[in-house]
Amino acid sequence: MMETPQINRMLKPDRGVGIVGYGAYIPRFRLPASEVSRVWRGGSGGVPIEEKAVAGLDEDVITMSVEAARNALARSGIHPGHIRAVWIGSESHPYSVKPSSTIVAEAIGATPHTLAADWEFACKAGTEAFQAAVGFVGSRMADYALAIGMDTAQGRPGDALEYTAGAGGAAFILGPEKQSLVAVEGSYSFATDTPDFWRRADEKYPEHGERFTGEPAYFRHITSAAQTLMESLDAKPSDYQFAVFHQPNTKFPQRVARDLGFSGEQIQAGLLVPRIGNVYAGSALVGLTAILDIANPGDRILLVSYGSGAGSDAMSLRVTEHLTSRREAAPSTESYIARRTEIDYATYARYRGKLTLQ
Amino acid sequence: MEVSSHWRVRQQRYALVGEVCPSCEVKIFPPRDVCPECGDEAKTHFQFSGRGEVYSYTTLFDAPQGHEAQLPYTLALVKLEEGPLVTAQLTDVNGTKLEVGMPVEMVTRKLRSDGDRGMLVYGYKFRPRLQAA
Ligand SMILES: [Zn+2]
Repeated sequence: MMETPQINRMLKPDRGVGIVGYGAYIPRFRLPASEVSRVWRGGSGGVPIEEKAVAGLDEDVITMSVEAARNALARSGIHPGHIRAVWIGSESHPYSVKPSSTIVAEAIGATPHTLAADWEFACKAGTEAFQAAVGFVGSRMADYALAIGMDTAQGRPGDALEYTAGAGGAAFILGPEKQSLVAVEGSYSFATDTPDFWRRADEKYPEHGERFTGEPAYFRHITSAAQTLMESLDAKPSDYQFAVFHQPNTKFPQRVARDLGFSGEQIQAGLLVPRIGNVYAGSALVGLTAILDIANPGDRILLVSYGSGAGSDAMSLRVTEHLTSRREAAPSTESYIARRTEIDYATYARYRGKLTLQ
Repeated sequence: MEVSSHWRVRQQRYALVGEVCPSCEVKIFPPRDVCPECGDEAKTHFQFSGRGEVYSYTTLFDAPQGHEAQLPYTLALVKLEEGPLVTAQLTDVNGTKLEVGMPVEMVTRKLRSDGDRGMLVYGYKFRPRLQAA
C-alpha cells in the first residue's frame, strides 16, 4: 500500500462559519443507576454514573429534536424558512425507513425549501451532521443549516449499557461566522474500521466488544483527532478554557482528558454523563450546550466526539461577543437537568417498551 | 384515520399553525377558513405562540381505542394567549398539582401510533411552562 500523502489535515471552509443558535433537550425522567443494580445485581458492586435521563411515553428522537431545534431557533433569531438543511444524527430514529428530519423540518417551519436527512454513525452521527453543515454553509451553498445529535439510547436489560444508555441531545444552527455566537476555528475527522460496538438491522439491542471498546477504539480515535487538530492550529490544551469529549461513562472522558493534558476543571462544565447518562449521538454536543450557557467571549472550546465503528470529529471553537446576550432566549441545559422526576425500574421498563403486552 | 388526513393537518398539529382574520384580526384555531366573529373569509396562516393557561381538565383512566399506550393521561381545555380554546393532552404533569389557570406551553409530542406497523402520529400537547434561561 502507498504511504498516505502529506496533506493539510485540518478542515476549514473558505468562508468563516459559526454556530448562530444552539439548543438542548433532556427529558425529565431519571433512572438512578442504583435501580439497575438493585434489579440485576442485588444492589452490589459499583455503578458507572449516578443516574440517566429517560424519555417519556410520548417522546422520541423526533419530538426531542423538535424542542432542541426550537431552542436553537429562538437563540438564532433567524426565520426557520432560511434553514436549507435539517440533518439529524441518531441511532434511535423512530422509523427504519422514513426520515425523522422531514417531520422535524415541518414542525419547525423549515419546509419545503430544504435538504433533510438522517445520519448514522453510532455516537458521532450528530457531529458528522455538524461537520457537513459547516461545509454546506462554508461553501456558500446555503446560509444556514441545522445539525442535530439526539438519542434515546438502547441497552439490553441487565447489560452493562443499561446503567448508562440515556436520552437527550442538542441542535445547532450553523451560519456565517459574522453573525455567530461561536466561531468554528477548524475541525478534523479521524475514522477507521474498528468493530467495538454495533447493532444489526432489525435487532433491538446493540452488541459490544467488551474491553475492546477502550484502547483501540475510544482512546485511540479521540486522542488522534484532538492531537492532529491542535497541531494544525498550533494550539495546546492550556489555550482552551473548556474541553468536552464523548461520554460513554464518567471515567473514559476523565482519562482521555488527562492523557491529552487537560485538567479536571476544563472538562467539568461539559461533563454531564453522571447526571443524564450517555446520550450517544447527543453526548458531546449536549455537553457543549452546557459550556455555552456559561462561557465568555474569547473563550476557546475543544470538542471531540467518538462513534463506534469507529471515528472521532474534533472541533476547535471560539466564543464571540454575541453569545452572552442571545443565550437567554431559550432554557439552559442546567434547567433541563434540574427538571427531574425520579422513576423506578418498573416504570422505566414500561417507558422504554421493555414490557411486552401481547 | 387515513394517512392522507394526517398529512393535511400536519402543520396545525405539529406547530399550532392557525389562521388570522384579515378583517377583524381574530386569531382562529383550529383553522376553518371562515372568521367565527365576522364571517369573512380567513385563510391567512398564523403561528400561535404556544402559550396559554389551563381552562379546565380531566384525567382519563380509560381511553378510546388506539390511545391506550399512554394511559393514564390528562385532557385539558387550554385558553391560548391569542384567544382560542384548544382541546389537548397535558404532558409532563405526573406528580404535578394541576389547577385551573396554570400557565402552560405547547410542545410537540407523540400522540399515538397506528399499531406496530402503521405511522406514528405527532402533534401538540401542553406542559407546565418552562422558564427560559
Ligand atoms: Zn373576522
